Amino acid sequence: MNFDYANLTPVLPEIAVLTLASTVLLVDLYLKDHQKEVNHILTVIGLLVAIGITGVVGGGERTIVFDGSYVRDSMSDALKVLILIVSLFAFIYAKDYLRDRNMLVGEYYVLGLFAVLGMMIMVSAYSFLTLYLGLELLALCLYAMVAFDRDSPEGAEAAMKYFVLGALGSGMLLYGVSMIYGATGSLELGAVARSVAEQGMDSKVLVFGLVFLLIGVGFKFGAVPFHMWVPDVYQGAPNPVVLFLGSAPKLAAFALTVRIMVDGLGDLHIHWQGMLMILSVLSLAVGNVIAIAQSNIKRMLAYSTISHVGFIFLGLIGGSEGGYSAAMFYAIVYAFMAAGAFGVLVMLSRKGFEAEKLDDLKGLNDRDSWYAAMMALIMFSMAGVPPTVGFMAKLLVLEAVVSLGLWWLAVIAVFFSIIGAFYYLRIIKLMYFDKAQIEEPIVAGAGARVALSVNGLAVLFLGLFPMVLLSVCQAAFG
Amino acid sequence: MQSVIPVLSLTTWLPIIGGLVVLASGDKAPNVSKWTALAFSVFAFLVSLLLWTGFDATSANMQFVERMPWIEAFNAYYHLGVDGISMPLIILTTFVTIFVIIAGWEVITYKPSHYMAAFLIMEGVMVGVFSALDAVLFYVFWEAMLIPMFLIIGVWGGSNRVYATIKFFLYTFFGSVFMLVALIYMYFLSGSFSILEFHTLQLSLTEQVLIFLAFLTAFAVKVPMWPVHTWLPDAHVEAPTGGSVILAAIMLKIGGYGFLRFSLPITPDASATLDWMVIAMSLIAVVYIGFVALAQHDMKKLIAYSSIAHMGFVTLGFFIAFTIFQRPDATGGAVMGMEGGMVQMVSHGFISGAMFLCVGVLYDRMHSREIASYGGVIHTMPLFGALMVFFAMANAGLPGTSGFVGEFMVILASFQADFWFAFLAATTLILGAAYTLWMVKRVVFGPVANDNVARLEDVNGRELFVLGSLAVAVLVLGLWPGPLVEVMEPSIQNLVEHIAIPKTGAVAAPIAAAQF
Repeated sequence: MNFDYANLTPVLPEIAVLTLASTVLLVDLYLKDHQKEVNHILTVIGLLVAIGITGVVGGGERTIVFDGSYVRDSMSDALKVLILIVSLFAFIYAKDYLRDRNMLVGEYYVLGLFAVLGMMIMVSAYSFLTLYLGLELLALCLYAMVAFDRDSPEGAEAAMKYFVLGALGSGMLLYGVSMIYGATGSLELGAVARSVAEQGMDSKVLVFGLVFLLIGVGFKFGAVPFHMWVPDVYQGAPNPVVLFLGSAPKLAAFALTVRIMVDGLGDLHIHWQGMLMILSVLSLAVGNVIAIAQSNIKRMLAYSTISHVGFIFLGLIGGSEGGYSAAMFYAIVYAFMAAGAFGVLVMLSRKGFEAEKLDDLKGLNDRDSWYAAMMALIMFSMAGVPPTVGFMAKLLVLEAVVSLGLWWLAVIAVFFSIIGAFYYLRIIKLMYFDKAQIEEPIVAGAGARVALSVNGLAVLFLGLFPMVLLSVCQAAFG
Repeated sequence: MQSVIPVLSLTTWLPIIGGLVVLASGDKAPNVSKWTALAFSVFAFLVSLLLWTGFDATSANMQFVERMPWIEAFNAYYHLGVDGISMPLIILTTFVTIFVIIAGWEVITYKPSHYMAAFLIMEGVMVGVFSALDAVLFYVFWEAMLIPMFLIIGVWGGSNRVYATIKFFLYTFFGSVFMLVALIYMYFLSGSFSILEFHTLQLSLTEQVLIFLAFLTAFAVKVPMWPVHTWLPDAHVEAPTGGSVILAAIMLKIGGYGFLRFSLPITPDASATLDWMVIAMSLIAVVYIGFVALAQHDMKKLIAYSSIAHMGFVTLGFFIAFTIFQRPDATGGAVMGMEGGMVQMVSHGFISGAMFLCVGVLYDRMHSREIASYGGVIHTMPLFGALMVFFAMANAGLPGTSGFVGEFMVILASFQADFWFAFLAATTLILGAAYTLWMVKRVVFGPVANDNVARLEDVNGRELFVLGSLAVAVLVLGLWPGPLVEVMEPSIQNLVEHIAIPKTGAVAAPIAAAQF
């Protein structure tokens, strides 16, 4: 195994994020308490640089480096840029909240950046080992972040649940990997794919391994019936952490699914198609129906996440390029919508007050009509009402489903979106039709203001001109 | 035919841009935002008149066509165009919106700029619905319409507004998502989202029936037809006056328009097979809902139910065509029925709008919609009383008003289909007169009922202008419906010829051209 420096070029974005995380870790040691904002500035600048680097080293043919364990292709370029952007939003939204609670410390940024690094590794992993390393790097950082408010018992409980169930999911995944390794003799996805093609699709061991891999994926995505951790973690974690873990990691989970199911086990499509179908219908049903009964908005959005995962899976089941790009589009759009929705919650939370009840949104229109309008756009988008991008995402997925001849599945999906529309409308109702319980206007930093405006308007812009994003998704699977 | 000036785009986007401008101007200088809103709505109306003047009434083709690539991934185009069916409805939209803006002038005190902006955006989106020739574009406008209306009812509505507006949203959303699946299915078959290509798409009868049912769910909710009408009375009662006017005058028409643009031409055989169902639903709406209207205590509810009954006429006029095809002795009935339905839609746009504005005038003064709180209004408000009686007569279908023309044409056409259709439809002449005139008798005439009524002031110049303009429109259309009918004639003729030919590819039933 000889080392070639050319191997390093495709991983420059990861190196940049790693350097950034280490820098923040070191710089933080020399900062006094009132200077902690430097961490934030460093992180923002560093992430922007990383986005730039990803753009520069990206493009061109798919390159596989490090003896087949790492890949850079158009999907990884796109997803890395988007993960960096969404994480950047997450950090910007979080700043005021963290400062108000004396949580603006270096550790938050270090953990967050290592999580970003983990996601980038997942996106580019081309062997089960790298995939697993990236996944665990992400997960470990998230476990710690969920418990970041260390005096909060809810936070600790949520972190514990997340850790136990996350470890279970990882265990399932590893078990599946070992099966696949046993059957194919390799951990590299390329070699696995070749071996699967030779063995044909009826190998019992492969299918057995596939089941466990899929359970692992289901856990990470939070698809029914592996969704139990999602509402509890969302409820218990501090708002900025929910924002962080509810948005960008969905993109990483999407990449994980594509790498395993398409790049590695694409020939077993006929087997995983049915399994994904069950997962997606269950997620749509359970997510949308249970969300209605929630009075805690974080729990409600958690169940809404579950239902959106159902839609992402629907796009994948076709096994066609159109379906994959539809699912990718949906995942990206969802990450943006989730970032915006939790961003509003973070902005509503102030010193000693955590916005988490649905009633906390009451009368938002009277308090600040611009925020209310942005939140309304995001909610309409989640419900899939045109002209927002949520509709385009649903349309793409439905088109992929109907093109398989599964029009009944499309009918089920739209049926549950009607049920889903109700609880999104309820949020708009609270913001626009009800009187405010808290009269005080919302104070938010300029960064968060700009971020939310960009976030909300992007939902509208991409709904009117979906090709901007869609062409990127199509290129990823072209 | 590609047009030089993008008239349709202008009519669609001008009000939307205007809405955003008004929204940005805020409520710091309410007069500025109000006048801006009015200017934009008048300007949009003037632009839309170009459609009327430049329209070639001898052609059934799409005119003022604009076509640009939009979403290459699924072959969706920004494709606009109008024919004789959609053009009058667009002008109706831009016309009525002006009065809605004026009607809200002094009445709306809570965030008036947002109110005006919502109606302007609504106007643009509705014009978009009528002019879209691409199914994705149509669907985007169709659903986008819900957002401003949802907020209008919910923010400026009455006491039970939240229930009403959520019911309204979910009902219509429920109806339309099935249409979306049908549209995607047809895209899958034809490789394009062009509505005109859907018209010529060959479909088996089973496919047609399923697509027809999906469309029926969407349009029947919008029209609304019995038994999915229950959202309408709630929405009307709770909506602010302007919301009720737009809802009755234009949004309901979009359902009727959907039947002409989608259901009939795309699934003619399914329409022929299932026409009994639509006819039954229409007749139930005419007769049963007529009786329901009779029993109302609330003026807005009464007019809402009367709207449902009148819209029953529209759907009846559209769907009797297939019965007429089967009768060798009938001539011209199918075209007449559909034209009657169209005239009825335009006329109902004026009359129901005016009726809701009348109730709005009373409500602004008395804050009650109950019929029982009124009586003898004519003594204190003679001008208003006269106008309200006039609109009530029009609503009851008095000859000389526009309400008569459409009803008469539909009843005449139903006679060619089946005597009993005509008989049941004609009961509306009695029922409609009964519930409208009885309401007028109790509200306008009689002795002055109480002190509140005694203190009423007659309409001011603004209200007089609004109601007067609509009265002129009702009268003109009633006395001289010729131009309107001529404009739509070729398009409807074309549609009737199209639906008479089965699509399934099976042996066509021989239908002589003379029958159309």
